[in-house]
Amino acid sequence: MLNYDIIVIGGGPAGLAAAIEAKRNGIENILVIERDRELGGILQQCIHNGFGLHVFKEELTGPEYAERFIDQLHEMGITYKLDTMVLDITESKVISAVNTTDGLMEIQAQVIILAMGCRERTRGAINIPGSRVAGIFTAGTAQRFVNMEGYMVGKNVVILGSGDIGLIMARRMTLEGAKVQAVVELMPYSGGLTRNIVQCLEDFNIPLLLSHTVTNIKGKDRVEEITIAKVDENRRPIKGTEEIYKCDTLLLSVGLIPENELSKSAGIVLDNITGGPVVNESMETSVEGIFACGNVVHVHDLVDWVTEESRRAGKNAARYVKKELKNINEPLVTKAEKGIRYIVPHQIRVENIDSKLDLYMRVDNIYHNAKIVVKSGETVIKQVKKPHLAPGEMESVTLLQKDLINLENRELTVELLEGGEQ
Amino acid sequence: MMFDVTIIGAGIIGTAIARELSKYQLKILIVDKENDVANGTTKANSAIVHAGYDAKVGSLKAQTNVLGNAKYEKLCKELNVPFKRIGSLVVAFNQEEMETLEELLQQGKANGVPNLQLLNQQKIREIEPNLSKEIVGALYAPTAGITGPFELAIALAENAIENGVELLLNSPVTKIIKKNNHYEVTAGEDTINCKYIINCGGVHADEINNLVNEESFKILPNRGEYNIFDKSVGNYVNSVIFQTPTKHGKGVLVLPTVHGNLLIGPTADEAHHPQAVETTSEGLNFLREKASKVVPNFSFYTVITSFAGIRAKVATNDFIIEESKESKGFINVAAIDSPGLTAAPAIATMVVDMLQSIMGDLKINENFNPNRRPVIHFMELSKEEKADLIKKDPSYGRIICRCENITEGEIVDIVKRKAGATTLDAVKRRARAGMGRCQGGFCGPRVMEIIARELQINITQVVKDSPTSYILTEPTKTNITNADTVNLVAATEEV
Repeated sequence: MLNYDIIVIGGGPAGLAAAIEAKRNGIENILVIERDRELGGILQQCIHNGFGLHVFKEELTGPEYAERFIDQLHEMGITYKLDTMVLDITESKVISAVNTTDGLMEIQAQVIILAMGCRERTRGAINIPGSRVAGIFTAGTAQRFVNMEGYMVGKNVVILGSGDIGLIMARRMTLEGAKVQAVVELMPYSGGLTRNIVQCLEDFNIPLLLSHTVTNIKGKDRVEEITIAKVDENRRPIKGTEEIYKCDTLLLSVGLIPENELSKSAGIVLDNITGGPVVNESMETSVEGIFACGNVVHVHDLVDWVTEESRRAGKNAARYVKKELKNINEPLVTKAEKGIRYIVPHQIRVENIDSKLDLYMRVDNIYHNAKIVVKSGETVIKQVKKPHLAPGEMESVTLLQKDLINLENRELTVELLEGGEQ
Repeated sequence: MMFDVTIIGAGIIGTAIARELSKYQLKILIVDKENDVANGTTKANSAIVHAGYDAKVGSLKAQTNVLGNAKYEKLCKELNVPFKRIGSLVVAFNQEEMETLEELLQQGKANGVPNLQLLNQQKIREIEPNLSKEIVGALYAPTAGITGPFELAIALAENAIENGVELLLNSPVTKIIKKNNHYEVTAGEDTINCKYIINCGGVHADEINNLVNEESFKILPNRGEYNIFDKSVGNYVNSVIFQTPTKHGKGVLVLPTVHGNLLIGPTADEAHHPQAVETTSEGLNFLREKASKVVPNFSFYTVITSFAGIRAKVATNDFIIEESKESKGFINVAAIDSPGLTAAPAIATMVVDMLQSIMGDLKINENFNPNRRPVIHFMELSKEEKADLIKKDPSYGRIICRCENITEGEIVDIVKRKAGATTLDAVKRRARAGMGRCQGGFCGPRVMEIIARELQINITQVVKDSPTSYILTEPTKTNITNADTVNLVAATEEV
């Protein structure tokens, strides 16, 4: 059986950063397994710019951002297999994978790093009624067709969901000559980054219809018209507000779901809110020696944060191989309270933190002038003022190791103290 | 060209009859208006092989249901189609419903359904722990099963073609003229001459009949909507769960599919036209509400997709299987709603018997091969078989559909078969690529590439389903040919 110290599943931004960081920390025997025909993951189809502002302090396109990591991977001599699909992983870290040249492989890993990313929520998952016609695409699939395969998917478009891919595709389709009639958002606020709303919608005069949804799709063979209605505060369509939009294409940007089928096969505990594995400060899952990072853990809005998180996973995976990770005290458990939807990591073994640790989180609504407060019992560990908070923008709070030592209460709560809720 | 028999409609009934007739020395044509076989009622229904207690004693439905059910094991084995005899429960919530179950039990016995029994609460809990605690009893029918309806029809068509039957798609029948001793049928752009016609036109069977005969029945299209759920909840129930029919309706079914998903449905409402296969928010809400009664703790958020099918009902509520009184050699096989899928193999032999009595004894086709070339399901193979297969054909080592783990080899195979796939939906129905939780988001572009390559067409010509259900409009760089690209690059380099 083939044998590696670390096997990284997924050659997108998360997997690449993790593999590179593991090698940098002294691990020689690493394999990256990628199911697509090239490394880089979804970045390869994100030909717009805006990547790398935090990590490289400059603005790159998706493929450029990916290329920096791919080049580094090559320079460091890290081995990888393309066009290779992992079929199964076991708790004892045996991976079965398949490709056309090696056939069916069974590979023993000392450490596995899960970096499979996420997939898009579909029309079926949100149960939009109507005809099952051609012309309904998830925004990411449309992006692949337009940017990588070189084909247009339609000419007269409505987009449901104002997540970042939906916003980016509104601009992209417009630039390629399509008419984008509207971006429709169920919530009273957009799920995308503010800069994308400005640069992709406002700059092109594309209307954003908040608190609206698609209630019907009509067409014989291809989309011919869709019905859009206003929704009430419970997100239910309001009768009488329906409007018909004649169009040939509906793009969906209605959420991303971490791809954890493999994680489940290894018996890894998942978080119901994120849909990804429960992880600790080292990005290790509930199964010892299996780490996870990037969108497979929780959906990020900036690839820069994926890189940072994945470097942490790679470094700690290396420390695990070198038996440097410690399990001394009962870990601190993070708990999302008022205003916070989730926190990553879920557990903190303080002895493994270098000097500081970033908590990543998302809020559950739009807030202004609020404070994120981290507490252990009644003791405030840290509080950060935030002028503006939105569910579409991930927040982070940096905690110092020295503040976490010897806490009596092993629960670390995070809550929002409001200034003014909109 | 003169055919002996033209079968109009390539659904489960048309294909079952075609395959049964291919056992004899006959020149047979199946013609269908759609771009694929099994593209009407057959592609969207409950996929149940019913036990047979439901139909009125003495009806054609009762007779063909029990006979058809008994033929399923052999048929599905020969054709390499999934079939599981998982049994069914009709559950009752009160005394009144228990009385209905008693009636169904008696009716089932009279219809010849084997091994029916009434179960008490405790027994139900043992076999179906996730059902409502309010259920007081159930009628258990061990012979009920599940299959893949469109897979079966596709397999029947393929096997029929292997045995000499011809298939003509995209050809709606618009005209039938009675000649001296044959019929002239206009189907799409073709004119077909044949001695006998078998009308398996499904929801359009009345229109086909009326092309040559007086109206003798009227199809009332009836829509049924369904939800299909992720494989993670595929074993939520182990058998087919029916609700006891009451004066308020039949309730909805909860059942596993042969591929390990969970299916809930159908609704039942009058459709405004025979092609009305759209889903509605009312319908989908109805499913949720009705199913909650039987599986109160079920997580509906695991839904993958919804779909609707159209059933060909008639007022008399029984199958119509008879030679037209006006037109000799024109056989109507119409109004085949539930349990039509179950009854199909029995209906096929019945129609062949009918033809024998009209045509006289038919000559046996000595070359008839009942077995379809087995379909490879990569993920169902053992490790050794997987490894061997990839050695023989490396394309089985490339996974195209990530959700269902379908390989390129499997997709190429189903494109190349008789009655093979030519569209995205056709691939989905045959190889399941795109059936999973991402609904083709990842594999769609790859599958289109494979179809285009294997059929030697441009990728923009690959459609979802019907010939006009286009997916891509045009290349993003319409005015640039490959030669231009080279020139552009050269020009840029000079600068």
